[in-house]
Amino acid sequence: MDSPLWPLIAVPLASAAVLLLLGRRADRWGHLLGCASVGASFVLGLVYFLRLRGLPADGRAIEESVFTFIPVEELKVDFGLLLDPLSGVFVLLITGVGFLIHVYAVGYMAHDEGRRRFFGYFNLFVAAMLLLVLGNNYVMVYLGWEGVGLASYLLISFWFTRPSAATAGKKAFIMNRVGDAAFVLAIFLMFAHARSVDFGTVFASVESMSSGVTLAIGLLLLLGACGKSGQVPLQAWLPDAMEGPTPVSALIHAATMVTAGVYLIARSNPIFDANANAQAAVVAVGAVTLVFGAIIGCAKDDIKRVLAWSTVSQIGYMFLGVGLGGAAYALAIIHLLAHGFFKAGLFLGAGSVMHGMNDEVNIRRFGGLWRHLPITWATFGIAWLAIIGLPPLSGFFSKEPIIAEAFQREGWAGWVIGTAALLGAGVTAFYMTRLFVLTFHGPKRWAEDVHPHESPPVMTAPLVLLALGSAAAGGLMATSVPDWLNPVFGGEAEPAGHGVLGHTTVTILSIVVTVLGAGLGWLLFRRGTAAQERPAGPVVTAARKNLYGDAFNEAVFEAPGKYLTRALVYFDNKGIDGLVNGLAAMVGGGSGRLRRVQTGYVRSYALSMLGGALLVAMAFIAVRLG
Amino acid sequence: MDAILAAGAVGTGEAVTFWILAPLAVIGALAMVVARNAVHSALWLVLVMLCLGVFYIVQSGPFLGLAQIIVYTGAIMMLFLFVLMLVGRDASDSLIEVLRGQRLAAALLGIGFVGLAGTMTYRALGPTVAAGLTQANAGGNVQGIAGVLFTNYVFAFEATSALLIAAAVGAMLLAHIERGKDDKVGQLERVRARFAPGSYPGPKAGPGVYATSSSVATPGRLPDGGPSERTVPSILPRRELTEAEIAPKGTDER
Amino acid sequence: MQPGHYIVLAAVLFSIGAVGVLVRRNAIVLFMCIELMLNAANLALVTFSRINGTLDGQIMAFFVMVVAAAEVVIGLAIIMSIFRTRRSASVDDANLLKY
Repeated sequence: MDSPLWPLIAVPLASAAVLLLLGRRADRWGHLLGCASVGASFVLGLVYFLRLRGLPADGRAIEESVFTFIPVEELKVDFGLLLDPLSGVFVLLITGVGFLIHVYAVGYMAHDEGRRRFFGYFNLFVAAMLLLVLGNNYVMVYLGWEGVGLASYLLISFWFTRPSAATAGKKAFIMNRVGDAAFVLAIFLMFAHARSVDFGTVFASVESMSSGVTLAIGLLLLLGACGKSGQVPLQAWLPDAMEGPTPVSALIHAATMVTAGVYLIARSNPIFDANANAQAAVVAVGAVTLVFGAIIGCAKDDIKRVLAWSTVSQIGYMFLGVGLGGAAYALAIIHLLAHGFFKAGLFLGAGSVMHGMNDEVNIRRFGGLWRHLPITWATFGIAWLAIIGLPPLSGFFSKEPIIAEAFQREGWAGWVIGTAALLGAGVTAFYMTRLFVLTFHGPKRWAEDVHPHESPPVMTAPLVLLALGSAAAGGLMATSVPDWLNPVFGGEAEPAGHGVLGHTTVTILSIVVTVLGAGLGWLLFRRGTAAQERPAGPVVTAARKNLYGDAFNEAVFEAPGKYLTRALVYFDNKGIDGLVNGLAAMVGGGSGRLRRVQTGYVRSYALSMLGGALLVAMAFIAVRLG
Repeated sequence: MDAILAAGAVGTGEAVTFWILAPLAVIGALAMVVARNAVHSALWLVLVMLCLGVFYIVQSGPFLGLAQIIVYTGAIMMLFLFVLMLVGRDASDSLIEVLRGQRLAAALLGIGFVGLAGTMTYRALGPTVAAGLTQANAGGNVQGIAGVLFTNYVFAFEATSALLIAAAVGAMLLAHIERGKDDKVGQLERVRARFAPGSYPGPKAGPGVYATSSSVATPGRLPDGGPSERTVPSILPRRELTEAEIAPKGTDER
Repeated sequence: MQPGHYIVLAAVLFSIGAVGVLVRRNAIVLFMCIELMLNAANLALVTFSRINGTLDGQIMAFFVMVVAAAEVVIGLAIIMSIFRTRRSASVDDANLLKY
């Protein structure tokens, strides 16, 4: 290797260390260092990407081992990095979009005295995410996995003095932990059967694994991915994670960390390809989640929470894609990349609105902002059009193919999944339009003391760039990315239309559904909405309560957990403390009784002396004569 | 229990002496332990020591036996009696035992010890042949003892003599009653105390003066005819005098 | 009979003295029981001297006597001074070390 890969990770990591260790001394220039380090990583990543492009298609990988991480005999794990087409696009996404969001955060967090600490954590996140996508074995991926989990926790509860923020951070971390445990179990299984955790070795030995093993590994990896990506059943933490500052929501909970699950499944495609049931599970999770998220997104009034549920739903599309397999792998990655652009744009736009509206988040108190925040309106609008999938913006080129792939499935599965995806698209269009219209159009509903104003250039410049990406990236990617990713996913040619519906039909249907949903949204909300939440029917009430997801978690996990805790505390107090205290009491009681031997009378002492002398004599005689 | 032969064997005279005096010694020891009166205990111990002295003489140790009788019994036991008379006469043990189970445990342990030591030593001595002291006493017992004492054990001898001196000095110190300077009563104070109201200036009368009997326990009589308690020592037990004792003995008639 | 009988007699006297030490409360009688134990040991020593045919046992008995004498002197002096201060010659009165 002429130049190594590890600086990609080391630069943001070193910057994070400097920012966090230097403390207040770095307050004046900390944010600049933070942006610069991610910028440097982006430049490095671009250089390597171009170098990768220069390599022949079948050898398109740069691999290096920095040092031996675990040098135990059979379990020899290297700190190894692999830059191949899949990790290359991820590196560009993370560093590129990450850089833009870092710049935005300079302005957004300008009045926050913890800004330097924020950038320290942010850089830590970038370093960990890069390690996740660059690792060449599952343990390295897990190392990055844990790192992003930590950074997410630190950033969600950034304003830790707020109880809701601290609780949200905890919730995110604990639910992530469930997924992490599943991931670790998958690694154990892999090691047990393949005697290695290296990508190459594991994938090579997939053929020799029984279907039970591949199913188990697949399901465990799926559960891990659900935890990190906020899919059903581990979705409840993602909306609560909106307690963190908006740049955090944009980078971590929209563009990058939540896509780590998709990356994991995409990277492990040989395992999933080997077991149809595992793939079916992924498809089921994706389909259920995309509908789930879409329904809830319709009933939320907090601008960031709507976007959060939208993220849940869109990642459902990505899971659907990687679950369908074959050509859909690349489609899911394309959607992931496009989603990174427009979701980041949407979140940063929301942050801009909040910045101008005194940190108000309730869309019922927005309205008619397009005059006051023109740049935000324009960029948000482009991102909105992208997410609902209107051609020729990027969302169309990423989402529609997935829906088409869904309908390529044969039999009832194709109908069910395809319809669900289509429906999801329509509902997505509806609630995103609702959000857009209620925020920027219609009569103004805000209070008198609020003076909406546009954000400073340091915040609007990234918005513009992201909007450009949302508009253009789709077309560019759809043509080049599938071929680019061939070495990773295998170049299966698409079987010629054996599905239930053909491509063209699906495309037309999806455009129609999208327009219908958007139109409905515009019609219902162009005149604004009530200032307060009004009681509504069962579906809306359920949607407001997150489709009882939190209630379910509380009843099934939290309440028994509390009982378990109480039982253990009781056991500890009575049993273990009882044992220890009982021992002490026994000693005390015993000594209390034993002290009565000390009568104080010389004659009783003489008695014991004579007894002792007798024993000694007996022992002596026993030895000599016995 | 094989027969022990040759010079050290027990002759008939010795056997007879043993079987008479040994039970006597045991009875004396038991009596010493159970006697209520402390002086009686001392006297029983004297009996035991005399028996032991005889045993020493019988076993070819005349010097030691006589030393036992003269020194141990004669001096040490008399010392005991002196001290008993001084301080211990009143203090007779009560029958009630304060410590629970002390007597039972003591008896058991005593029997156990005797059983153990006695039977084991007797068994151990079974095959031993007693050599007897005829050869050692060839020049006489005293000469033999002197020969061993002042050669092999001369250092122990010197040490014990130092011990005796230390004991004598220590006893003097312990028995010394320290009288403080203030306690010293001068002649003037003594006279004043003697003639103070409430104290009788005359010498104490001895017992039996002006009395009708010659018993030391008879209280002397005061001029008015009543008995004087001060004339009888307090340690003597009080008892009612019989008619015969009160009656004049007629000793003043020639 | 054999010289071994003397040893048994010595053991009996010794244990009687030991029991006496445990049972009697008068300090001076206690002391006399200790003297009995010493005498029993002397008897055993003299008997062993006769069995072994050397005079060493008698010498040891002699030394025991000397030491016993010194011990009696001091012991009685101590008892007397205790009696003077406490007006009691019972060993049960020294029980301040009780629990």
